[in-house]
Formats: sequence, C-alpha cells, structure tokens
Amino acid sequence: MSFPLIFERSRKGRRGLKLVKAVPKAEDLIPKEHLREVPPRLPEVDELTLVRHYTGLSRRQVGVDTTFYPLGSCTMKYNPKLHEETARLFADLHPYQDPGTAQGALRLMWELGEYLKALTGMDAITLEPAAGAHGELTGILIIRAYHEDRGEGRTRRVVLVPDSAHGSNPATASMAGYQVREVPSGPDGEVDLEALKRELGPHVAAIMLTNPNTLGLFERRILEISRLAKEAGVQLYYDGANLNAVMGWARPGDMGFDVVHLNLHKTFTVPHGGGGPGSGPVGVKAHLAPYLPVPLVARGEGGFYLDFGRPKSIGRVRSFHGNFLALVRAWAYIRTLGLPGLKKAAALAVLNARYLKELLKEKGYRVPYDGPTMHEFVAQPPQGFRALDLAKGLLELGFHPPTVYFPLIVKEALMVEPTETEAKETLEAFAEAMGELLQRPKEWLENAPYSTPVRRLDELRANKHPKLTYFDEG
Amino acid sequence: MDYTPHTEEEIREMLRRVGAESLEDLFAHLPKEVLNPPIDLPEPLPEWKVLEELRRLAAQNLPAHKAFLGGGVRSHHVPPVVQALAARGEFLTAYTPYQPEVSQGVLQATFEYQTMIAELTGLEVANASMYDGATALAEGVLLALRETGRMGVLVSQGVHPEYRAVLRAYLEAVGAKLLTLPLEGGRTPVPEVGEEVGAVVVQNPNFLGALEDLGPFAEAAHGAGALLVAVADPLSLGVLRPPGAYGADIAVGDGQSLGLPMGFGGPHFGFLATKKAFVRQLPGRLVSETVDVEGRRGFLLTLQAREQYIRRAKAKSNITTNAQLTALMGAMYLAALGPEGLREVALKGVEMAHKLHALLLEVPGVRPFTPRPFFNEFALALPKDPEAVREALAERGFHGATPVPREYGEGLALFAATELHEEEDLLAFREALREVLA
Repeated sequence: MSFPLIFERSRKGRRGLKLVKAVPKAEDLIPKEHLREVPPRLPEVDELTLVRHYTGLSRRQVGVDTTFYPLGSCTMKYNPKLHEETARLFADLHPYQDPGTAQGALRLMWELGEYLKALTGMDAITLEPAAGAHGELTGILIIRAYHEDRGEGRTRRVVLVPDSAHGSNPATASMAGYQVREVPSGPDGEVDLEALKRELGPHVAAIMLTNPNTLGLFERRILEISRLAKEAGVQLYYDGANLNAVMGWARPGDMGFDVVHLNLHKTFTVPHGGGGPGSGPVGVKAHLAPYLPVPLVARGEGGFYLDFGRPKSIGRVRSFHGNFLALVRAWAYIRTLGLPGLKKAAALAVLNARYLKELLKEKGYRVPYDGPTMHEFVAQPPQGFRALDLAKGLLELGFHPPTVYFPLIVKEALMVEPTETEAKETLEAFAEAMGELLQRPKEWLENAPYSTPVRRLDELRANKHPKLTYFDEG
Repeated sequence: MDYTPHTEEEIREMLRRVGAESLEDLFAHLPKEVLNPPIDLPEPLPEWKVLEELRRLAAQNLPAHKAFLGGGVRSHHVPPVVQALAARGEFLTAYTPYQPEVSQGVLQATFEYQTMIAELTGLEVANASMYDGATALAEGVLLALRETGRMGVLVSQGVHPEYRAVLRAYLEAVGAKLLTLPLEGGRTPVPEVGEEVGAVVVQNPNFLGALEDLGPFAEAAHGAGALLVAVADPLSLGVLRPPGAYGADIAVGDGQSLGLPMGFGGPHFGFLATKKAFVRQLPGRLVSETVDVEGRRGFLLTLQAREQYIRRAKAKSNITTNAQLTALMGAMYLAALGPEGLREVALKGVEMAHKLHALLLEVPGVRPFTPRPFFNEFALALPKDPEAVREALAERGFHGATPVPREYGEGLALFAATELHEEEDLLAFREALREVLA
C-alpha cells in the first residue's frame, strides 16, 4: 500500500482552517479581467486529516532526532530544542519596521557578527547569504569586485579548486563568471604544492580551499599556500563546511585566508530542515570589506542601524536581512558554549571521528589517506563491495549512511562524520553494523533495504519520464 | 553545557584507543603559528540564562503583529497547526533527502509542494524551493538566458527594488545586460523587445501594489523570441489570474505570505515554476514520483545531472541548501486552507487594504499614488518624510509607512492590510497618522 498523497485525501467542499468571517465578493474589489478563472486544485482537507497526513509523512522520514546520521561534510550534530524556542521570540518582526523598534534584533546581528569575526579571525562580516553555496557566491563576487577595482578584473579569470573540493566550489566559480582549474591532491591527500605553484599566476583570481579538506586532513602547508597566494596577488577563499573540526583551535584568518564563509546550519546547530533553510555568513579581511553586500549592521551613537552607504559594495545577494531566525539560533549556541565549550565540541568531534576510524579499520575497512584525520575521514570497503550497497544495507540496520562516492578522488568512498554529539556506544553500534554488512551475503546487500517505507527506487524511470507533480501526466 | 555525551572516563579510553595523550594532542599537527589563538567570546551561560538574555533582547523590539507595513512582507496569521507539524524533529533535523528509502516524508511533502506551486502559478513544474523571492528571480532569469542563449534582460521598475538589486549582482557576474523599464503612472509600459533580450521581467501586483496586465508583455516577449518571467505573490494567486494563464514562461516569488512568520525578513522561501520543456535547465532540487522494486509508489530527487554535486563547474547553479522546511510550511498552509480558504484570506486583505486606502486619504496632506486597481498594498504620497512618519507612528505603537525608495518619487510610503486587520484597527491607525501628520 502506498502512502496517500494529500490530493488523494481531498474531498470536494471539505474545509480546514477558516480565517475569514465575512468574505467579500471578488468582483466588487478587482476588475474581472484580473481574476483567475479556474481555482487552483489545492487539497481540501479538515485539520485532523492534515495533522494525520503530515505526522504520517514524518514517520516515513529520519532525522538527527531519530537516527545516527554520520554524513561527511554535513555536520549532522544535535540541534538543541532551546533554539527553537528562542527563534519564536523574534518571529513577529517586520524587516521594514523602524530600526528604533528593532534594536534587540539589530544588536543580536551585530553581536553574532562580532562572535563570528572573533572565531574566524576576520575583520568584517555579512550575515546576508542564505546558505553555504550562497556564501561562496557572495565571497567570490567580493573577490571579483576587488580585482576589478584594482584594474585586474580582465586578467584574473581563473579560480583554482583542489580535486577533493565540494562540488559547490567549482559551480560557484562558474556562476561568478570564472573558469575553473583543478589542482590535484598529493599522495598524502593534501594539496600538491608543486602542482599549485605551476597553476598560480597573474591570471588567477582565487583559490578555494576547505581546511580540513574533504578527506578530513588539515592542510599542514597552509601557511606556505597562503604566502604563495599572496605573492601572486591571488585571494584565498575558505569554505567553512568543515569548520567544526577546528572551531576555537585555529582560525582561517590566521592561516592567511582572505574570505571565509560559514555554514550556520552545520557548525552552529541551525537545523537542516530536510535541505534548508540555512545561513552562510561571509567574513573578510579589511582589504575586502568595502565590497561586502549591503546593508551591514553598524553601531552608532544613536544605537544600531543598517548601513547602506557603501559605494563599492557588490550590492545585494538576498532580500531583507538574510535568514534572521537562523542567526538567533547560532547566537544562542555560541552563548551557551562559549569558547571553552566550542573548543571542547571541536575536540570531541575529532575524537569521535578518530575513534570511529579505528573501529572501522578493525572491521576490515581501508582508509586510503590515513593521516591525522580530524572531524571526518574517508573509508573504503574491502575489494568487491560497493559503497552504494553498504549504504542501503545500513538503512536496513537502522543507521543513516555516510556520504558515499565523495570525494571523487577515492573509489567507493564512504565519508564519515560522526560529530561530537554522538555517544561512544552509538559509534560502537555503528561500527558493529558496518562490520556485520561485510558478513552478509552479496545478494542481501544488493537488494537491501527491506523494511524501510519504500525499497530501492527506479531512478532511471524518474530520469527518463519524470513525474514532477500530482497532475503531471508524465 | 555543550551537548556532548562523553564522560571523563570515556574520553580517556577513546584517547588511548586513538593513540593520543590529551584532547590538545588531536591538534598537535597544526602549524603552531595558528594554534590556540586568543579569542574573545563571552562566558558560557546556562540554558535559562541564554533564554533570559534573548528575552531581554526581544523586549527591545516592538513586535510588528498587525503591522500596516508593506514591501513584500506582511503580517499574516501564522497557523499553530503548521508550526506544530513543521516542528516535528523528523522534518526539522533531516538532511537533504539523498537516501530516498528513509526520506519519503520530506520527498513526498516536497512533491506535493511542487504540485501546489504549479497549480497556483498555472505552470507545469516547480523546483523544490530557492532561498527567497529575490534569488528565485535571479535564478529564473538565468534559466531564461540559458534557454534562449541571449544575454539581455528587461526588468520592470515595478519589480521589488531589492529583488532587482539581487538580480543585478547575479547578472553582472555572468556579463548579462540589465535594462530597467521605468513605471509610467504606477504601471509598466509594454516595451519593444530587441533581438538580444532573453527575458522580460514584470511583477504582479507590482512593488507599489498595482495590478499589471501581463498579457501584452507575454506577447511582446514571445514575439521577439524572449521569455516572460513573472514575479508573483503566492497568496494573490488564490484570486488573481496566474502567470501561466497570461502566457508567462517562468514564475517566481516569495512564500512569506503563505502563513510564514515575518522573522525580520527570513527565512521564508523562494519558489520557481516553469514549463516542463525547460525542466532540464532548472536550477536546484526536483522531486519525481517513481516506483520501488516492489512496485510501490515512491519519490526521489531526479535529473540530478543539473546539480553541483554531480556536474561541478557545469552545473545549472551552485545552489545546494535551499529552503525546504519553510517551503513545506507553505505547502502545509495551502493544504490547511484549501482553495476556498486561500481565496478568502487573499480577498479579505484586498478589502481591508481598500478600506484603509479610503480612510488614510481622509488625513489632510495625504495623496494617492498607486493607481487603481491595486491589491493588498498601495503607496501614498505623504506631506512629511516617510522615515520620520514611520518612526512617529512606531512611537504611538503602530507599524506603518514603509519608505519607498526615491527612484519612485518623493515622500512615498507603502501601506498594507491583511486578514488580521479589523475595522477598529484601521480607524485607530488613521487617527495615529492624523496625529503624526498634524
């Protein structure tokens, strides 16, 4: 039995929420030619049916609240319930209300900006970008404006990314009008310094790096990389997806990065919400501050205000003031933990990952770049096993699988990030399950999962004949 | 409090297992020049104190419930049933549904969302959501440029100025040319569309609240081989002729009006709908129905070759995280109201806005600006500086008079009404404005 769609629960004439007592006549208010002729085919359900529908759907879904979720590079840590309550305190504010009546909200933004600057070692910050990739685009547009301002916009046309980079890095560079060049990783999994030197030059605008990188390895030669970049007039971009590993222990600003984006929905506990909304603040060094998007929250004699007077700004990347309610949650997280708590969280994220790595090696998994990995690591199954089948097997055993087939430089990659909020026994149970999978018959693995709400789905059919809405004939 | 479960003994045991002496040891390989920097952060606080501090900050704001402020965000009823359902941990704490077998909740709800947006806009498909209305517009225009292979964009001045600012930032990056069509008498004149133009962009109702007839724009765009991109308010589509019925090729907008908290501007969600023929150029996630190995209906992310994690530098967009949960809240709202409920809420706002319009024009010195017919917002010309008026109204406990950028004219402010406003609210607000302008 398939779970019904909300449209299949619909009954003509059934009503749920009724918010209006006396309903005016459309024709009295709006000229007929502007009115819609056919009503939208929205579901017609009562409130209890609505509640059963979405409650039922939620039971066909796993989240951090239900399941260990060790997705590499996604930092699926616990999202404190406190934060949901705090966000409600600020729900009823209008972005265009008089700033004098929003001093608490503006102060919160200003303070969060100060905290994030302190944690990243940056001089100025925007809270406007709505997600990590959005922060990347903002950061690269800032770099572009900087080069153009110096008369080097036409010559610096290339952005360098390591071959281990997140896909959003090259996609961002393309979106900002740049050509992308990949820099190979060396045998130790870190950026190949010689290869990087060959690529650097007056045609390069920026290097985008994640540190620790997607193999979980800290780029130990980062100071040399940043020196080389500086000498070549190249801006160094920090993808903050992996900041959880070094939060409080080391700062991108001190490593020589010029631009940093943060993922408040990873490192700073804003819930992922099934894919969003997130928040992607961007911090920059002083030389890039004039190009930050408008408005910035500023502090003046009369209180906090929105500063639009920034002639070199790249403009706007989002309407209003960004995903403000995400900022409230991040503020609450930082104030709850303080520096000691953030450092402990980072250290235990690393400890959990290292511990789990040892357990998985014991179970027969390989770790091809087995250096001093930090908050995540990339494992490989023994010969003959497919990462996809192991992932599907894990679903059957009650775990969300790691990120699979990424980074691209490791075959059958299983990218594991347990985060600091998971208990030792959870890691051990996960390792047991991973070990058990290697004992299962191949056929069992290839057909797993069995008892999930649906089993393996026909992707090919969806790609060839996508059915994208209920009314879509396919 | 740091939300970590480790006991001291467990930490010692785990450190032994990984061959480290201490937690500091785990960072010993970092360059010493960058290790342990001095960082100035406030002391950690217990949970009750964090809540207290935030309540203190919240008390420094004057809530904008029943605000008369316009400008793309309005004070609407936020149904508790939607809030309660969206707060379920399975929705709240899930990642992107890359493992469909355990993500049918988010996937099916997104499929239903896509269906509802397609229905509202009168188009065939919608993606899983964008960050907000402004970025949905920018991505919608980029889609039109990819589809037509052209680099020119004509955008009406009636499109929200912040949306146009975002559009400009996105288009400059790829070297596209943006030309603005100034409003005439509060509406957009139908332009001549040149060969280089790939997208014509019009908002209905426009930024000043006036209704635009999109039909002639569709004709002008199509006649020149360009696409029409319509910016729409989803609540208005419960009543108004949808973009698709006018011949628009792409519809975008912001979902706040579908019962989402204003939240000082976000998060809301952006929607992006288009024709099925353009689906392979769509940015962002897309959910399709399919079947599992037992023939049961199921849902998954599809046409992923468009996306960054597969295509990298050749992706249609870099978008990854979107606004899934807020988009699902929009869908829950639409399901809670149904077509009748949505129509009623939309019409009530229009009715109250017209009553408000008439009442505010009674105040000496106030002149009309937005031409009729308008929807649930309108601009008025005020005899005093709008920012000062907004401030003085706030001192009297009212939120109203969103200052309109000077490009539209001097002394203009936007006013809005919604289903939340009752006759006595309008009267009290008129009196406050009368005092402020006296």
